[in-house]
Amino acid sequence: MMSPSHSEPVTSILAAHRGQPGALLPILHAVQDALGYVPDYAVAQIANTLNLSRAEVHGVVTFYHHFRITPPASHTIQICCAEACQSMGAERLTRHAEKSLAQVSEGECELHPVYCLGLCANSPAMMIDDQLHARVTPEKFDRLIKKMGDGK
Amino acid sequence: MSITVFVPRDSAALAMNANAVARDILAEAQRRNIKIKLVRNGSRGMMWLEPLIEVQTAQGRVAYGPVESGDVRALFDADFLHGGKHKLNLGLTGEIPYLKKQERLTFARVGITDPVSLEDYLAHNGYRGLRKALTLQPAAIVQQVTESGLRGRGGAAFPTGIKWNTVLNAAGPQKYIVCNADEGDSGTFSDRMMMEGDPFVLIEGMTIAGLAVGAAQGYIYVRSEYPHAISVLNEAIAVAQQADYLGANILGSEKTFTLEVRKAAGAYVCGEETALLESLEGKRGIVRAKPPLPALSGLFGKPTVINNVISLATVPIILDKGAAFYKDYGMGRSRGTLPFQLAGNIKHGGLIEKAFGVTLRELMYEFGGGSASGRAIKAVQVGGPLGAYLPESQWDTPMDYEAYAALWAVLGHGGIVVHDDTADLSKLARYAMKFCAVESCGKCTPCRIGATRGVEVMDKIIADQDRHAQIGLLRDLCDTMLNGSMCAMGGMTPYPVLSALNHFPQDFGIVKKDPSTGGHHV
Ligand SMILES: Cc1cc2nc3c(=O)[nH]c(=O)nc-3n(C[C@H](O)[C@H](O)[C@H](O)COP(=O)(O)O)c2cc1C
Ligand code: SF4
Ligand code: FES
Repeated sequence: MMSPSHSEPVTSILAAHRGQPGALLPILHAVQDALGYVPDYAVAQIANTLNLSRAEVHGVVTFYHHFRITPPASHTIQICCAEACQSMGAERLTRHAEKSLAQVSEGECELHPVYCLGLCANSPAMMIDDQLHARVTPEKFDRLIKKMGDGK
Repeated sequence: MSITVFVPRDSAALAMNANAVARDILAEAQRRNIKIKLVRNGSRGMMWLEPLIEVQTAQGRVAYGPVESGDVRALFDADFLHGGKHKLNLGLTGEIPYLKKQERLTFARVGITDPVSLEDYLAHNGYRGLRKALTLQPAAIVQQVTESGLRGRGGAAFPTGIKWNTVLNAAGPQKYIVCNADEGDSGTFSDRMMMEGDPFVLIEGMTIAGLAVGAAQGYIYVRSEYPHAISVLNEAIAVAQQADYLGANILGSEKTFTLEVRKAAGAYVCGEETALLESLEGKRGIVRAKPPLPALSGLFGKPTVINNVISLATVPIILDKGAAFYKDYGMGRSRGTLPFQLAGNIKHGGLIEKAFGVTLRELMYEFGGGSASGRAIKAVQVGGPLGAYLPESQWDTPMDYEAYAALWAVLGHGGIVVHDDTADLSKLARYAMKFCAVESCGKCTPCRIGATRGVEVMDKIIADQDRHAQIGLLRDLCDTMLNGSMCAMGGMTPYPVLSALNHFPQDFGIVKKDPSTGGHHV
């Protein structure tokens, strides 16, 4: 399938941010919120409208951990790997998660480390899609994943 | 009359299922035909008790926690709505020692009010600082801040009043106020709690800053990992705008100040002020060379005040109660209070606002109750990922910027991460190097190359390959990073690495010097 050179959501996002000083990050967030990632054709369209080169826009997209250039899986799981969570077993939790999720079919779930969710007094912490969870034991992890699988 | 029940909307409470508890309380009240008013407050900061719910009684607010959804029926059966007895009953919230022993100035309202209720804010001394500021000349506002002794709470501890004065005296009609809410340090959450629990005080502080230096536009740069903070801020800004606390004619003064929230995108280095400005301008977060100072040439090249959330949120109480009131707290050149954040392997973690001068031991044992695991505490990292690891011999030093500098440690943003005796400090040192390698903006070699080399060297030390020589190399690398880096990312990574090595040599395979056996020291 060929990528569209202009996509309606991107066009309206660009229109909504016209004239905003330093608009590139807000635009990229809006695109990723709408499409789940920042596709190549969006980079081209953004570059065109903001009078930047594609390389410049691409450079910004790839500089920041938050932006992604490939479509996400159905669920995104982020486990905090920073010091406070390490002190409460984040490493063990991550190893457990990798093992548990190996059984889940591809494209359904992706696992990423994240550096601090601001829940450091309730470590270890993690996020499933946009839901925060704290004091996560391997047992609690399995319960939460099962719930996620049930579509709840 | 209906009874008021408080269930926090703070992220830490939400992560412990507070929404389900709130929903179940409403449902159970309805089932029993009892009228209640549910308020979603901020967190009191006693994180091991979240979700901590409260009920307004004639004697005051009574706390219950940690409450799980399955406890709700039993709580109703125990008549918790009138402060009834139950195993989760903690008594009057204000009498809980953890809270009672604090000095809450900046956090005076957090956990008490409904964060997005302007009425609540005003009823709890809100906007008194702004009203005072509106009666003062800009230079007099700056003078109050200078005299209070307030130093930046983001890490570098630069005097806030002096920074503001530079911006006040800078020429030009266009200036900016930027709030640094990137709070990237592990073990810190005071900015988050403030934004989620009392956003108006930050808005008020930024508005005062705008009046003080002559800036009409402000930005709050919030990390993307804090979606709840972003939505509370946006809600509060809309309310303030509606009521003329923001906008073109603030409280009829014909002064203008508007605010916009900007979402960051997950780069630790964007907490560094010049990288943050680059990011706000829509670029990669690469650190700028200084000079020029952001105060003279900052956002879009204009004079800019950039301050941490806590610095700005402390300004209203200084204006309201006067510089002398604030300055009265603290010790030496560290005036006022610091919201310490007790985190990691600790039984009673949370937010503790105390005057400077408290010790780590008091915080970890009198407040924190020791480690969560019940094991001995071994090392404590203070001041985020670029802060030193402190061994027990340093836990009695008063927490004050200068006293910590003398230990070759930092207070930073007040984060305290506790590790028990299962921690391996060589692994933590490797992690510090790895973190720097991943998060480096790449502008200067000592940091970009040094950190990558540092990881390799640490791997060899851990694997016991030529350990003696590798430790020498590690020290050289740290020297280069300390002296040659352009910013504190590369410049301070040696703090955790060398403090780990110097205080915990046994974890690096170094035999501790023991005069009786003659064991050698590297
Ligand atoms: C790598 C790095 C990360 C930083 N991260 C933050 C941060 O997340 N929040 C913050 O307020 N300051 C951070 N700082 C400090 C800022 O550069 C700056 O000193 C601060 O925003 C000034 O505000 P203050 O004077 O109110 O503290 C960081 C500095 C460095 C070098
Ligand atoms: S020390 Fe690191 S983060 Fe700072 S300017 Fe140099 S490369 Fe960038
Ligand atoms: S270190 Fe994991 S939430 Fe902060």
